[in-house]
Formats: sequence, structure tokens, C-alpha cells
Amino acid sequence: MSEYKTINEKKADWEESTLKNVLDRFPEQQEEFVTGSGHPVERLYLPSGISEEEYIGKIGFPGEYPYTRGVQPTMYRGRFWTMRQYAGFGTAEESNQRYKYLLEQGQTGLSIAFDLPTQIGYDSDDSMSEGEVGKVGVAIDSLKDMEILFEGIPLDKVSTSMTINAPAAILLAMYIAVAEKQGVTRDKLRGTIQNDILKEYIARGTYIFPPAPSMRLINNIFEFCSKEVPKWNTISISGYHIREAGSTAVQEIAFTIADGIEYVRNAIGVGLDVDSFAGRLSFFFNAHNDLLEEVAKYRAARRIWARVMKEKFNAKKEKSMMMRFHTQTGGSTLTAQQPDNNIVRVTIQTLAAVLGGTQSLHTNSRDEALALPSQESVMIALRTQQIVANESGVTSTIDPLAGSYCIEAITDRIASEAWDYIEKIETMGGMVKAIEKGYVQKEIQDSAYRYQRDVEDGSRIVVGVNKFTVEEEPQKGLLKVDPSLRTVQVEKLARVKGERDNVAVTASLKALKKGAESEDENLMPLILDAVKKYTTLGEISGILREVFGEFQESIVL
Amino acid sequence: MAKMVRILVAKPGLDGHDRGAKYIARALKDAGYEVIYTGIRQTPESIVVTAIQEDVDFVGLSLLSGAHNELFPKVVELLREKDASDIIVFGGGVIPTEDIPFLKEKGIEAVFTHGTPIKEITDFIEKRLEKQ
Amino acid sequence: MDLVDKVQSGSIRGIARTISLIENNSPQKEDIIDELYPHTGNAMVWGITGPPGAGKSTLVDCLIKRERKQGRRVAVIAIDPSSPYSGGAILGDRTRMQKHSTDEGVYIRSMASRGHLGGVSVATGDAVKILDAAGYDTIIIETIGVGQTEVEIIELCDIVLLVLVPGMGDEIQAMKAGVMEIGDIFVINKKDCDGADRLKTEVEYVLGIKNALTGEEPNPVLLASSKLDEGIDELVEAIHDYLKKAQTTGRFEEKRRDRIEKDVHKIFSSKVHELLNIHLDIENNLGEWISSILNGETAPYKLINSKLNRFVKENRII
Repeated sequence: MSEYKTINEKKADWEESTLKNVLDRFPEQQEEFVTGSGHPVERLYLPSGISEEEYIGKIGFPGEYPYTRGVQPTMYRGRFWTMRQYAGFGTAEESNQRYKYLLEQGQTGLSIAFDLPTQIGYDSDDSMSEGEVGKVGVAIDSLKDMEILFEGIPLDKVSTSMTINAPAAILLAMYIAVAEKQGVTRDKLRGTIQNDILKEYIARGTYIFPPAPSMRLINNIFEFCSKEVPKWNTISISGYHIREAGSTAVQEIAFTIADGIEYVRNAIGVGLDVDSFAGRLSFFFNAHNDLLEEVAKYRAARRIWARVMKEKFNAKKEKSMMMRFHTQTGGSTLTAQQPDNNIVRVTIQTLAAVLGGTQSLHTNSRDEALALPSQESVMIALRTQQIVANESGVTSTIDPLAGSYCIEAITDRIASEAWDYIEKIETMGGMVKAIEKGYVQKEIQDSAYRYQRDVEDGSRIVVGVNKFTVEEEPQKGLLKVDPSLRTVQVEKLARVKGERDNVAVTASLKALKKGAESEDENLMPLILDAVKKYTTLGEISGILREVFGEFQESIVL
Repeated sequence: MAKMVRILVAKPGLDGHDRGAKYIARALKDAGYEVIYTGIRQTPESIVVTAIQEDVDFVGLSLLSGAHNELFPKVVELLREKDASDIIVFGGGVIPTEDIPFLKEKGIEAVFTHGTPIKEITDFIEKRLEKQ
Repeated sequence: MDLVDKVQSGSIRGIARTISLIENNSPQKEDIIDELYPHTGNAMVWGITGPPGAGKSTLVDCLIKRERKQGRRVAVIAIDPSSPYSGGAILGDRTRMQKHSTDEGVYIRSMASRGHLGGVSVATGDAVKILDAAGYDTIIIETIGVGQTEVEIIELCDIVLLVLVPGMGDEIQAMKAGVMEIGDIFVINKKDCDGADRLKTEVEYVLGIKNALTGEEPNPVLLASSKLDEGIDELVEAIHDYLKKAQTTGRFEEKRRDRIEKDVHKIFSSKVHELLNIHLDIENNLGEWISSILNGETAPYKLINSKLNRFVKENRII
């Protein structure tokens, strides 16, 4: 006669007999097991007894609210994610070569990295640019550089993501101008500008202007693109950098979504209809090593955003509620020691992003803890994506880990904790206020500090760094940026300034200043006009700095 | 009272990644030193003036943007010009191993890249202080 | 003395080194202070205090700008607490003033409290003297932040600004705690935020009561925003008006005499203690004395009086 027992009762039996027998002889490796973010992980996850109603409400179907399982009904069965490797260094000529190489090797979208002077609105000949020209990305001083950057690359055939924030309007204007010269109309342009200034204040540091005028520029871009460049993703609300700054997985999505809420509220505040721009908002997340937590994180993020858009902002269009995102594997997880290990790390992270349903992916190269990637390393990174896509089988079905007791439990936990953060920030009056108070920065810093101490005292293992170390030869074959680059760029700049119509430039700057001073004017047309006349990035940013002022960092230690 | 050790942690150039610098500042405070942190986007000139005004024993430069070969030596040079070459300069961030000999030649006494345990840095500081 | 010359000639290195010597209680300290003393007395010393988060550093940044515009040389001492566990400190106030770092007419020095309670560090007063002798016209001291014990700032300054911000919840508490006694001018910072006007009214009300009791002139209460750089010109004007008035009414001299008096008492106290420590070997005997009090052999006053009487007799002081 068999006694009917529930799962939980059987679990108790198991714990008292089979498990106990082993534990008594072989204790587990740790007292407590935690995720990458420090959350406890259960020994065993069991069916949660979810009802059909709950399934439909919380998990649902791909391509349908709340999009937990993905934003497209066929996902990778229909089309793989876009393989989009972030690249750019040195001169526009060199970067152009690297883009052509990557496209030949099977990359499906471009991702442009700009150098720091460009990101902060300085020309290569500015004194603040010393030592920095062309180092972390390509140097763009004027439309001339942009033309060289995309030489031979048909802008109606590729989608281009530009990692540019404070001067995003200027680079977008340049892109539109280059397309025009190629004979490509605006309505055909596909791509993204990062354009997420809030995370700059929180974690990345390449801001120029204070929050209010920065938000104005963002609204100008939303409005302009909704009419003129309808296929363009006008913002990539980013959690990547927040995670790199040391946040936990929960904080990564919570602060990103809170940023998103601020942008949406702001745009609605100046009269834009939510459904007119929300469909073009995109997101950008990180992929760290804890596979299970990362997959759950992406699913939780989609669920939360859908609910935010529906309940907080009354979005009516499906597209407005769908969270589409790009992922990059975590730079901060790469080690300088035993660099080939990083290939393995990136593979795990790729798998996490793909099982999590990302729309596009950048994989880091093995040598990136030391320098920008060499051509050889970047190819391995691209191959990693191609192998997962074509050989691993995980793309044959949608959201494969759904229903895993562990994954659903962690998804729920992350969603609930992220909501708590989001509500807390709402009570503070929104993200801008929370940043001003230093709340967000402090949360991130505390997580970062805890993480680092764990690595230092060995309770968190990093292979090759605090365990399994070897004596190593210095890495060879790293990419070096030619230091004479700045001189080259400065000469180029002088030539551009000599050949252009300087009267027209002065007039365009004057008009821009006037437009900037009047709060209601959309600055995009004025910037486009200036850019076409070969006004430099530094000159345009300079005028805006004059009118808007500069943001003062507020240190939270 | 024994002389308190004062350390300036600075971020020269345009790089805005301050997670490492902030961690080092906090860890050095926990080790018992007085740490002055300048914030991001400092020019070599302002770093040197700050180092002298604050009468620091060490300057720690953090940089992840690849501009270290230009900006770190500039700091050392300016300290020399202002008769302050007794201030010891060390650096960290994203710095390829092959650049380290050049930096050392230019007067940066130690380079601590990503993954260096704090103990290595505090050992360096203590050892250098003993030498004085 | 070489260092003294350097200070007087305005050498930044010289000033910095001298301040460090004082901070570390070097044996040269007393001679240096005495030699520099005749050259002090020219600077105006402003104190900025208030709860953490009130925007003091950003306000100081604005004040530096204004003073520089008027051609005055400015020195700032920014004080932050030392960790009670490690003894170390992170001194981050100057980040908000860094744009002045390359202005030769500005000197910024960060100091840690090094365990001293009172809102400033032990060496702050002497550092002020050094900067005064070095020729700085305005010396601004930014304290850790005010509570009931952090009030030493009054003893060091010619004028104290108390900075408050709306929305801190405990502003009324601060007023009840007597912290209002400290300020000469009250600044309601972050005036663009909700509640700023209300706070101003509340502060004026409390001050009104205090002034009615003492019969003094009402203290100015000003709205400002250090972030937006608004209300600062008015504030600086009020500061200079206050200082001018204090000079004409003699209050200024009075305060300075008070300051020197406190200084003298403090130095006497510490010197006498030092002296007695040597003569009575207090450090080594303390353990024994405590035991004898504990086991009832003697009582505190009895013990100390007997030691002192013996000291006085042995040294034929009386």
C-alpha cells in the first residue's frame, strides 16, 4: 500500500535520509551558497505549485504581455540576435577598416566607439584632449571624419549603434548628413544612439551639461526622430555601466528601469504622446558570470517594464511595452591574469544573454583587461557568438529555461526586489532627485566595496587572480594606439577649418546659441545645419556649454 | 604623535570610471591613512597643486582610458618643476604590462593594475616610508 | 627659521609643510607659531557649519569665486571626520572646489578631525594662524557638520554661517538643541526646493525669540542656492556688512580677545598637564592610583590633592 505524500513531505524525507547520509560524511563546500549578487541560492528548487492563471499572468507567451519569455513570438527561430561588436579607435580611417573587416566576418550590425574627447564635446586640438585622442574609440571632430568613418558602408543596409551620450544630437546629425550624401533618406536609417545621460551621472562620468538641459536635448531627439527618422532607436537606457560600477544584478535592472521611468515621464511632460516614442526606447544590459541569476534578471526586467508602461504610463501600443535590449558581456569580469580564461567567461556570459532573450550582443575580447582588442582577439569573440547561435541548439526553442523551478524562483525574487528599489526612488521624487541625493551612487558603491572585499579575503573566487594563479609572461600582441595620432588629427582639423565657409559656420553657431537660449526650440535642425557646414563637435559643444553650463560632480564616498 | 600618512588619489584626464579609485580610497582609509580624493577630470596641473597644498606623501593616479603614457609622466614632471619630487607617485587602472617599464623610467614608482590585492599597495607604502 | 620665511613669502610648499608639522605636533611647533604670530591678525576668518548634506562645500566654492572677484586671496580649511576604527579618513570636500585649484590666489587644505570632537581638528586654530601670516585675506573653515558638540567653530572665527536645508526633517530639533546660538548669519540653502520659504520663516521665528531675550539685532536669514549660484552676492554682502559692523561696535575686538583668552587657557591647561605628567609620572602611576581608589584606600580628591600638595612643597612654589 503506497502512502500519498506531497512534494514537500517527500522533500523532508529526502533531507532526513538520502541527503543526511551524504552530508554526514561529506559536508558541502560552503556554509551558504550565494549568487553573483550575494543572494542565497537553495540547494534544490521544487515545483512552486503555480496555477495556470498565475502562469498566464506572470510568465505568459513570447511576444505577448508581460513578455517574460521574450518580445518576439519566434525569437531566434526567426532570426538570431544581432551580432554587434563595439569597435573604434584611432582615426576614422583605421576604424573604417575594422568595421569592414567585421562586416566581412559576419557581423550583422555596426557599433561605434568614440574617444573620450568626442564623448565629452572636445575637439582633438583642445588642451583637455591631451593623451586621450583616439584611445578608447575613434576621434570625430567634424563631418569630414564621419564621412571617412562610413566610407564604402551603405547606411541603408546596415544598422548602426553609436555609444554617445552628452553630444548624441551632434553625432546623430552627422550620421544623417553622411547618409544624405550617400543618397539615403532619413526614413531608411536604422540604428541607435545611447543618449542616456542619467547613467552618466550615476556611473560613467562622460556628462557635459546639467540634468535639465540634458533632458531637453533628449526630448528634442525623441520628437525629431519620431517624425523624421522613424526607424531610429533614440535611446539605449543602460544598466551595463551601472553593473560595471559594482552594482548587483537587482540594482542593475532597478536603476535602469527607474532611469527609463524618468525619461518617459519627462517626455510626456513636454507634451509627447507616450505611444509616439516609447516603441523606440531600447535598453542595454550586462552579462556577468552567474548564468542562472543573469537569465532570471533579463526575464524579470521585461516583466517589470511591461507593467510600468501599462500601469504607470497607460501605454496602449504593444511596442511601447516591449523591452528590447542589447547586451554586452561584463568587462569588469575579465582578468589581466591568464587572459585566455576570459574566452571561457565570455562564452558563459553569451549563453546567459541568449538564454535571457537579448536582441543584440557584444562579446568582449580576451585581452580587454589590458587594452583595446587586437584583430585576432575580436574574431574569437565574434566566433563565440556564432558558435552559440549555430552549434549549441539553445536557439531552437524559445526561453528554454522557463519552468525551471530555480529560474522562476530567482526571476520572481529579482523582480520583487527591483520593484522595491523602483518604488523607493519614486518616493524620493524620481531618479534625478535620487541621484542628487547621492542615494543611487551610494548603493552602487557599497555593493562594489563588498564585492571587492570578498575577492580580497578569498570568499569570492576569481580563477587566476586569487586562486589557480601562475607566474606569467607579459601579454604580447596587444593593440597600441599610435601616439602621434593627435598630431595627425589636429592637422586634419586645421585643414577642415581652412577649407570650410567660416562665415556660414559663425552664422550657424549664432543661430544655435539663440535656439539653445529659448527653451522651446528643437535644437536638432539647428545642429544639423551647423554640422553640414563642417562646424566642429567642439565648437557646437562649446556654445551649448556656454548656454547650459557644465555639470558639477557631486562625490559620494 | 607619529606622522600621519597622507595620500592623494586622483583621476587625470577625461576617463570617468571611478569605481577603482573610490575603492582604493576607501581601502586606504581603512588601512589608517588620510586620503584626499579629487574626483574625476583632473588636469596634471591641478593634481600637482593639490598634492603640494595637501602635503601628501603619495599620489595615486587612476586611469582606464589609455592615456597613461602621456598623463602620468606629466604629473611627475610637474612635481619636479615645483620642487616636490619627494612626493611618491604610483598608478593603476588599465595599463598593459609592457608599458610599465616606461612609466617606471619616467618616475612612476609602482603600477598596480586590476586584481592587485590592497595588501600589495599598503606594503609598498609602508616599505617606501621606511626608506625615508 | 627657514620655514617661517617660506610661509611669509607665500610659498605653497612652505605653508603646506608647516601646517603638517603643526598637525603632527612636531617639537618645532611652538617656535613656529610664536614667530609667525606678529604677522597674524589681518585675515577675516569665516566659519561654515551645518548638517551633512546642506551643501556647505558647494557654498564655499561660490564664496571663493566672489572673494576672488574682489581681489582677495582665499584659503579654505575643509574638515572631515577620521574613522574611529582605523584612524584614517577620506577627505573629499575639496572635490567641489577643485576648479579653483590652479588659481594662485586660492589655497585649499583638507584636515581630518583625528579623533577630536568639536567639529574641527586640534590643529585647525594654528593652521589658521599660518595661513593668516602667509597673507590670505579671507580664511574659510568648513566644519564636519553641526550637532550639539561640534561647536568649537565659534572660538576660531570672526563670523559663523549656519547652513540649513529644507526637507531634513530634524531642523526643528536642531533649533531646539541650542545649535542656533552658533550662527551669526543663517543660510537656507537649496532655495529652489520645497519648504525653503517655510524653513526661513521658522528660523526667523526662533531667532526672534532669542534676540528678544538678548536684546541683540536680528541675525540675517538668507535664501540661497549654491547649486544654481543664486543669492550668493547678497550673502557675501551680508557677511562683509556684519564684519564691518562688528568692527565699529567693538564686538570684533571683543571676540578676538575672547579667542586669545581661550587659547591661553587651553595652552596653559595642556602645558600644566604635561608638566605634572612628567613630575608626577602620571602615566606610569595611574594604574596604581586607580587601584587604590577602587579598593577604598583613598578617594579621588584626596589622592590628587595630596599629590599636588607634595609637588608644591617639593618645588617650594608656595
